Amino acid sequence: MSTQLATFTVAGARYGIDVLRVQEVLRAHTRTTVPLAPPGVTGLVNLRGQVVMTIDLRTRLGLAPLAEDAEPMMVVVEVNGEAISLLVDEIGDVFDVDDSKFETPPDTLPAALREVILGAYKLDQGLLLALDVERATAA
Amino acid sequence: MDDMDEIVREFLVESYENLDQLDQDLVALEGSPGSRELLSSIFRTIHTIKGTSGFLAFGLLEKVTHAGENLLVQLREGRRQMDLPTTDVLLRMVDTVREILASIEAAGVEGDIAVDPVIDQIHEVLENRTVVTVPGAEEAATDAAPESAAAPDEADAPEHEADLEADLEADLVPVPAPVAVEATDAELASELDAAFVQDVEDLVADAALDLADDDELDLDTLLEAIVTIPDPAVVVPPAVAPSGSILPSQRGRAADQAAAVTEEPASDAPGPRTASDASIRVDVDLLDALMRQVGELVLARNQLNRLADGSVDVDLVRASQRLSLIASELQEGVMKTRMQPIDHVWAKMPRIVRDLASTCGRQVRLDMVGGDTELDRTLLEAVKDPLTHLVRNAIDHGIEAPNDRVAAGKAAIGVLTLRAYHAGGQVVVDVVDDGKGIDAERIAAKAVERGLRTPEQVAGMSEPDLLQLLFLPGFSMAQAVTKVSGRGVGMDVVRTKIEAIGGQVDVESAVGRGTTWRLRIPLTLAIMPALTVESAGELYAIPQVSLLELVALDGQKARTAIEYIGSAPVYRLRGDLLPLVELRDVLETGHNREPDAPAVIAVLQADTQRFGLIIDRVLNTEEIVVKALSARLKAIGVYTGATLLGDGRVSLILDVGALARRSLNAEMLDLDRESASASAATAGATEQVLVAGIGDGRRVAIPLGAVTRLERLRGDLVEHVGGREVVQYRGAIVPLVRLDRLLGAMSDAEADELLVIVYTRGSRSVAIVVDEIIDIVDDDTAQHSQIDGHGLIGSTVLKDRVTERLDVTQAVLTADPTFFDDRSDTASDDAGDFSGAALPGQSLRSELDTLVGV
Repeated sequence: MSTQLATFTVAGARYGIDVLRVQEVLRAHTRTTVPLAPPGVTGLVNLRGQVVMTIDLRTRLGLAPLAEDAEPMMVVVEVNGEAISLLVDEIGDVFDVDDSKFETPPDTLPAALREVILGAYKLDQGLLLALDVERATAA
Repeated sequence: MDDMDEIVREFLVESYENLDQLDQDLVALEGSPGSRELLSSIFRTIHTIKGTSGFLAFGLLEKVTHAGENLLVQLREGRRQMDLPTTDVLLRMVDTVREILASIEAAGVEGDIAVDPVIDQIHEVLENRTVVTVPGAEEAATDAAPESAAAPDEADAPEHEADLEADLEADLVPVPAPVAVEATDAELASELDAAFVQDVEDLVADAALDLADDDELDLDTLLEAIVTIPDPAVVVPPAVAPSGSILPSQRGRAADQAAAVTEEPASDAPGPRTASDASIRVDVDLLDALMRQVGELVLARNQLNRLADGSVDVDLVRASQRLSLIASELQEGVMKTRMQPIDHVWAKMPRIVRDLASTCGRQVRLDMVGGDTELDRTLLEAVKDPLTHLVRNAIDHGIEAPNDRVAAGKAAIGVLTLRAYHAGGQVVVDVVDDGKGIDAERIAAKAVERGLRTPEQVAGMSEPDLLQLLFLPGFSMAQAVTKVSGRGVGMDVVRTKIEAIGGQVDVESAVGRGTTWRLRIPLTLAIMPALTVESAGELYAIPQVSLLELVALDGQKARTAIEYIGSAPVYRLRGDLLPLVELRDVLETGHNREPDAPAVIAVLQADTQRFGLIIDRVLNTEEIVVKALSARLKAIGVYTGATLLGDGRVSLILDVGALARRSLNAEMLDLDRESASASAATAGATEQVLVAGIGDGRRVAIPLGAVTRLERLRGDLVEHVGGREVVQYRGAIVPLVRLDRLLGAMSDAEADELLVIVYTRGSRSVAIVVDEIIDIVDDDTAQHSQIDGHGLIGSTVLKDRVTERLDVTQAVLTADPTFFDDRSDTASDDAGDFSGAALPGQSLRSELDTLVGV
């Protein structure tokens, strides 16, 4: 049994999301910040007339924000019928991963990371962390 | 099968509409029992349902309506007068019909709804009151042609007709039902305008003869002929349809057409009935989708407009202007398609009013004005319950029992008026009764009793403010819980529901003369005008509906115009204190505004409160399309939604009501109510107060009643007892309280001399230390506000300065906690009552003059 994962990197680590959940991937838009919003919600973007909430994965993962001049990418995923965009550093390829290579996260993982990771696929190129989309977007 | 479903669905929709009309007509009929028009209308409705249900093989439905029809026949022939039992039983029949229809709608079958009780009741009414001839079924009425031809005579031959009815009743199988249709419709026709009827009858007779002649009927020709008769009273006898020779398809069409045409107004009966050939039924989802798309178009137009604004390309500008125009028209057009007259909701009111009036033992006349005022259908749906609630309330609490009314010199019959009209881009719906009105005093008492307000709070409130208490959750005026109301679930729900759709509720009442409830409802929800504003670099949209006015503060003014009471900013708007809210503070964005930076105060109306929102600047007004926000962001409770601005940016729409609730505490809200009422009130009571400075430029007002003497004391006279400061004064040890410390100000006065206000009660005194004595002035209580802090009981404006009102009791107790304890001579409950001056004002005045003069 194998799964197709759309991958991206955040602060050097590689993450993956089930490719069927990804609506689209695009360059980050101008965001409108939402004051008083829970941490992680970096703002709202206009996605062809649709107002879409954006979550900064770096904040979610407890990492420092990306440099001001960096151009992050948006991965738009569908969660409970609502489109939500995830802010990531870079977009990677779509990987075919074998379920046998999957392992639940080790206990030593930092709490912020542990919360949003389903587990890791041990690939030849390194570890691919499977993101728990529901949790990651439940800011 | 699908075809069948379609027919049933249409039947249901039509029947529901007809039943609503029926309720209205029946109640109206009770008021004017002789009205032939109403009777005809009722008869026709029941008849249509009966005919169609026979056609669709809904046996129960047919049985019930048939029984009802029998009763109606008697009424129509004048053999029976419309009276209470008759109306009741007919209304009950209508209810049963509704139940059956609901069952058909839900399950596709009639189900096992008990129809016999109603039928029995109808029979009871029939038998008890009148002599009904029930001959045997020997006169079989299966031959259509002769019956039809005989129609012109039937008006003169009630006996014959009764026989026919009896026949039908005796023979309740679906097949002969069409015959009944024929006969009764012909009769019905005979009730109508004579000339017209003659025409119809001739046609029917002709057609019938044709039918007899060659077994072939040109239905279309007949219908055309009838429809072209220039009279609104068009009744097509479905009559002709049933004769055995017509093909099933024709039969269906005939039924459809007949049903459609009967919708047309047959008389001056109230309520609009749209002409079937001038309108079509459209799926609501389609309309919703259209509305959404128009919303997108409006956004695209805004965007293009913005581009064109900065362009020198004349063609682009022209094209954008044209697009703008067309988009506006389209928007208006699509909005119109979703509009429905408020009559749709009102149609149920006569029945509700009637039922309630009889339950509560009232006599009520219902007047409805402006029923053709149109509202977006979603909004219409949303106002239904609140409106019903208000109507119930008006009858239960408003209109008095007939005896009481007569005793009060009013007509025994109360008048309940529903009035709808357009005003200021909103639809206003008034529910007016001429009942006993609402006694503000009783509201106050109730509010205190229920612990919703303290007696002190209530005492300072004006009548309009007291009426606002009705909207508090858990408030109920009913003495006892009745079936109709008094459960405490009331006006707050009405308000919540109306506000949920961006509307407002207001109430005005005059004791003994009546109450007016006023609902203001926006025309539509999806697209609304809004003000775009900037705060801390971000843009926000404020719904125009809550905006009262804008006050621009330029650099110089911004520094001085905003005053502070404690830490709460206020602005003096035409003499009233307006509580202010800094948007950037509420949203916790950015740093504090530079005091000199220009700002704008948007004066907003939230619920019943007015407040000023401080923003950096105003950009423009724009038609915005409300986009739903992610539930998580909505939960923050400050935004109602988001929208896209002309430049494509996302902007948050502020929830004005939530902003007010979030940032203004209860006292602040009271302040606004009070200041609002102060302007309305005639000259408020005045009270003389002593104004004293306590440092930091702060001023305190002390009621003159609390001032016994003013003294200057040397600073070195202050001694200590325990932790307390005392002075020896006139042979007694008097505790000192320093107001600057009590109220948290920094005294500017030198320490070697103390300025004290001596407060004496009985043998005890307290010395209140202030910085300076300023003056004795008249304090207009109407200017009072509840904005306060520790040791204060509010604030006021004196000599153009915001002045804090000292809580003397607390100040005294700070100095001497037992001060009020051992006063057996005067009741302890006047501890805080300083209104009676202890010294004649004049002598104090001279003391003051000497002090101030120094």
